[in-house]
Amino acid sequence: MTPAALSVHLQKEMAGFALDIGFDAPSGLTVLFGASGSGKTSVIDAVAGLNRAASGRVALGDTVLMDSATGLHVPTHLRRLGYIFQDARLFPHMTVRRNLNFARTVSRAPADPTEFDRVVDMLGLSHLLARRPARLSGGEKQRVAIGRALLARPKLILADEPLAALDDARKAEILPYFERLRDESDVPILYVTHSAPEVARLATTVVALDAGRVIRQGSAAEVLGDPSFAPGGDRAMGAVIEARVKTHHDDGLTELDAGGLPLLLPHVAQSPGNRLRLRIAAQDVILSKTRPEGMSALNILPGTIADIRMGDGPGAVVSLDTAAGRVLARLTKRSVHSLELRQGSEVFAVVKSVAVAPGDVGGPAR
Amino acid sequence: MSWLGAEEWQAVALSLKVAFWAMTLSLPLAIFVAYALARWQFAGKQIVNGLVHLPLILPPVVTGYLLLLTFGVTGPVGRGLDLIGISFAFRWTGAALAAAIMGFPLMVRAIRLSIEAVDTRLEDAAATLGANRLMVFATVTLPLALPGILTGAILGFAKAMGEFGATITFVSNIPGQTQTLPSAIYAFLQVPGGESAAARLVVISIVIAMTALVLSEVLARRVANRMEGT
Repeated sequence: MTPAALSVHLQKEMAGFALDIGFDAPSGLTVLFGASGSGKTSVIDAVAGLNRAASGRVALGDTVLMDSATGLHVPTHLRRLGYIFQDARLFPHMTVRRNLNFARTVSRAPADPTEFDRVVDMLGLSHLLARRPARLSGGEKQRVAIGRALLARPKLILADEPLAALDDARKAEILPYFERLRDESDVPILYVTHSAPEVARLATTVVALDAGRVIRQGSAAEVLGDPSFAPGGDRAMGAVIEARVKTHHDDGLTELDAGGLPLLLPHVAQSPGNRLRLRIAAQDVILSKTRPEGMSALNILPGTIADIRMGDGPGAVVSLDTAAGRVLARLTKRSVHSLELRQGSEVFAVVKSVAVAPGDVGGPAR
Repeated sequence: MSWLGAEEWQAVALSLKVAFWAMTLSLPLAIFVAYALARWQFAGKQIVNGLVHLPLILPPVVTGYLLLLTFGVTGPVGRGLDLIGISFAFRWTGAALAAAIMGFPLMVRAIRLSIEAVDTRLEDAAATLGANRLMVFATVTLPLALPGILTGAILGFAKAMGEFGATITFVSNIPGQTQTLPSAIYAFLQVPGGESAAARLVVISIVIAMTALVLSEVLARRVANRMEGT
């Protein structure tokens, strides 16, 4: 059996709870997903070797980074990491160029201008090279931080809420770079976040944490399409489906093909033929027993109810299997009863086209 | 400098020499001790901290006398060093040693504060990029603590220029050998008609002190600009 790209098994006593987690992730981008205080940062810091308080075992492919059973603890600087922090952590006394070259400087490796130019071009940093971090915007800082991590030629990329400190426009600016990292390099990525839209766009594998335990592990569609899993509450729930860009219409809408079903979205900056991921928030989905007519909403997905989960309050979450994939709808218990919805019912999911936020549209999915 | 007599000029030159060497040679040790106090947990940390600060609290005469007992010709360390050709007693090197010890707590305090102000998260970031501890110190901690190190160096230099009590107790007041600026001013004030010579040395003391202060301000600002600038 080939070893997992990243194997993490850790125990640690934390304030209020005991961290005890274990997961083996395939290559690609693994998201550690959970609310703040669920132990995500402790895990990523233990993987980086910055926090030695945890016991357990961390391995990257065949390479064991720590194993408390044998007392092995590879020092952080020998782990070949590219760690992208939430607060960028650029060195304030160095120019952007020297920040980018830091890993090479300390390892006394010869400069590789081709690699440097490739990373600088990819991240659009060429006009920033002579500046110091204090003169960069938040988004620029985070791009430099990504470049600095990449130029360390890492064997593992760690990202701790890299978008949390940015506004929505900056998030939309940075997200595509993580998609490219996921799709264009073989380096495994461990990405910590509490944001469901980021999970939907980026995750190859999701490891969901709650109070120091792994509560779910699987693909983004599996984990986010599971109605019994709502770490951000029912309001934050939303399923992930994959679609292909079909055409751009003259009225500014883009037509997607999701498993044969047409979906209309505000213009998506992707060429026809490209595959992408969509996240459809459960509260933006309306269910109807008959095919709706005379409605302003443009997207109608016929499907079969797979599951109905009644919440503690007046709400319920209905899971619907459609040709496009699993879709979640959040409605009231009263509606569930009055429409006589039950498992196996044939219904129509109505999604307002504008309900799919641009930030939730991912790039080419793996 | 025709308005300065030979003896006065000698005192100025000697003071600059003593202060320069006192500051230069104790700076690396001060940085090391400040780093250890700021970042390491070790047994006896409070004792080290106390010893470093002792010259600040003790009467300078006491420090000078202890130096004399230890490093003097009959002292245990003094005799040992004498065998390998190093002598402190009644020589300018002794004045430099006294000045270095008296200035040491000031240097350590300033440098320790600036090292404590360096964000350890930046040091972590450097480690994740492959820097070992020594490199983290050289490339991140030291440059970021530089304003405080400059301040400490200037303070140490100024203290060395002005040190009187420990110096005169340890190495006496020999013109051309151990007579620094403050000792010379003191000596001139002891003889009738020495006031004008003393006054000239006072002016020189003020000029040197102001120059050192302005220089440290300029350097510190330049370092700060470098971090905020383009």
